[in-house]
Amino acid sequence: MLQLLFGYFAGMIAATSILVVALRNPVYSALSLLVMFFHVAGLFVILHAEFLAAVQVIVYAGAILVLYLFVVMLLNIKQDDRYHSQWRVAAFVCVPLLIEAIVLLSGGSRAITTGSRLLQTDSHGTIAADNTLAIGQTLFSTYLFPFEVASLVLLVAMIGAIVLAKRDIGESDTQSMTQPAVDE
Amino acid sequence: MTEFGLRLAISLTQIAAVMVIVVVTVLILTLAERKVLGWMQDRMGPMEVGPYGILQPFADAIKLFFKEDIVPAGASKFLFTMAPILCLIPTFIGFAVIPWGPNWTFEIDGISVKPFIISDINIGILYILAFASLAAYGIILGGWASNSKYSLLGGLRSAAQIISYELNVGLSIVGVLILAGSLSLVKITDAQGGGFWNWYLFALPAPQIFAFVVYVISVVAETNRVPFDLPEAESELVAGFFTEYSGLRFAYFFLAEYANMMLVSCVAAALFLGGWQAPYPGTIMELLGLASWSWIESTMWFAVKTYSFLFLFFWLRATLPRLRYDQLMRFGWKVMLPIALGNIVVTSIAVFFYQQMK
Repeated sequence: MLQLLFGYFAGMIAATSILVVALRNPVYSALSLLVMFFHVAGLFVILHAEFLAAVQVIVYAGAILVLYLFVVMLLNIKQDDRYHSQWRVAAFVCVPLLIEAIVLLSGGSRAITTGSRLLQTDSHGTIAADNTLAIGQTLFSTYLFPFEVASLVLLVAMIGAIVLAKRDIGESDTQSMTQPAVDE
Repeated sequence: MTEFGLRLAISLTQIAAVMVIVVVTVLILTLAERKVLGWMQDRMGPMEVGPYGILQPFADAIKLFFKEDIVPAGASKFLFTMAPILCLIPTFIGFAVIPWGPNWTFEIDGISVKPFIISDINIGILYILAFASLAAYGIILGGWASNSKYSLLGGLRSAAQIISYELNVGLSIVGVLILAGSLSLVKITDAQGGGFWNWYLFALPAPQIFAFVVYVISVVAETNRVPFDLPEAESELVAGFFTEYSGLRFAYFFLAEYANMMLVSCVAAALFLGGWQAPYPGTIMELLGLASWSWIESTMWFAVKTYSFLFLFFWLRATLPRLRYDQLMRFGWKVMLPIALGNIVVTSIAVFFYQQMK
């Protein structure tokens, strides 16, 4: 049953990921991305990581993708052909990667199975019934430093966005008084 | 396999019961809103269909059902059809984790059944937030797929508004989660038993009054109700994102809006007002020696709290004018967000010292 569910989720993720880049209409691409996020959340659920599944949907599907859609609709691109018919470049990048993946999967299959078994025993030890608690405790004890660094990086990105968007920082206030709409 | 079958049958029965409750409540709400608005504006409200107009919702439903279904020229047919359904389903799914009554467990052929909740998952409130955030897609896509300026503008406004205020909803309930130490709605309501002074709105060490105000204002904005109904502002955008919709698809949007109102009211009742817990310790039915009937009292309290909330929605609609768009954004980001963040800081410090003292 679990194998079947995993197969379904993995297959849908692969299919919708291809659709994201293959569809011509950007709005439909964004929608396939939405379906993909949902199936990634489904994968988290069959791993008993419900907290991550919910966060996946809230953050990616609920916030980031809505902003993508927003931009796509504001730009009103019905058909963008600039990035299509570039299959030569795509093939040049993807064929080596594909060969690499096949070699890794066939040659190193034993290493991967031992690795995954290690991962399973490890996860069964730490993840108890309440995975929200487990995530919180590991995040704020073992991974406290990376967590703080990540928040700092996000802060830099936020300040950058404000500096780029707000051109009249440091200029006199009279200009923004005459154009109140720019202030928002 | 029979065990699986029985489990499935029980779950389907529960889902059907909740769906019936939600749809009946929505029917009542459509009538109640017009009646309450009428009385507040010194009118009678609908009076024609049935005695005092109580059959008006059925008349509306039949009318919408038989209306012509128009798809505008140049519209994206697939998305135009999908949008109302995308709006409706996330709202209905959210009701799966609402505890309607006491946390009882029955044994039927060795299967434990919780009669007053469909599914008690340990991330209940996050589950509701996750699906509530998806309701925005129905609105945006409906606006885009209609191939109309007014619809597109309405949809985009709603996208900005829902993202801004969803954040405040999420942050305002963090205080309650800190106090309860759980994300499960069942555990949160259980922890508030024994009188109204234990409800998280008033509970020591950190009463969540400010969080409650932020939550109420933000959910009014998230459900696109007056005074935050910019996505469907009649005087500027005809009808916003559902300008081009008619008949049954329009009815879906309508149903989704009212079901969403009901969902946020249920969540507010469960998180801040003790859910099904009575405002006094225990229940009256237990004192009368009818402990097995006390669920009626509990569910009635839940209904009373939810309906008081819904009444607040109508009251706001009758009282307040619509905000301007920049006022809406400024209010959300510069007033609501700092209050919600401040509440989290204060609550965590209070809870920390409270636990140290114990």
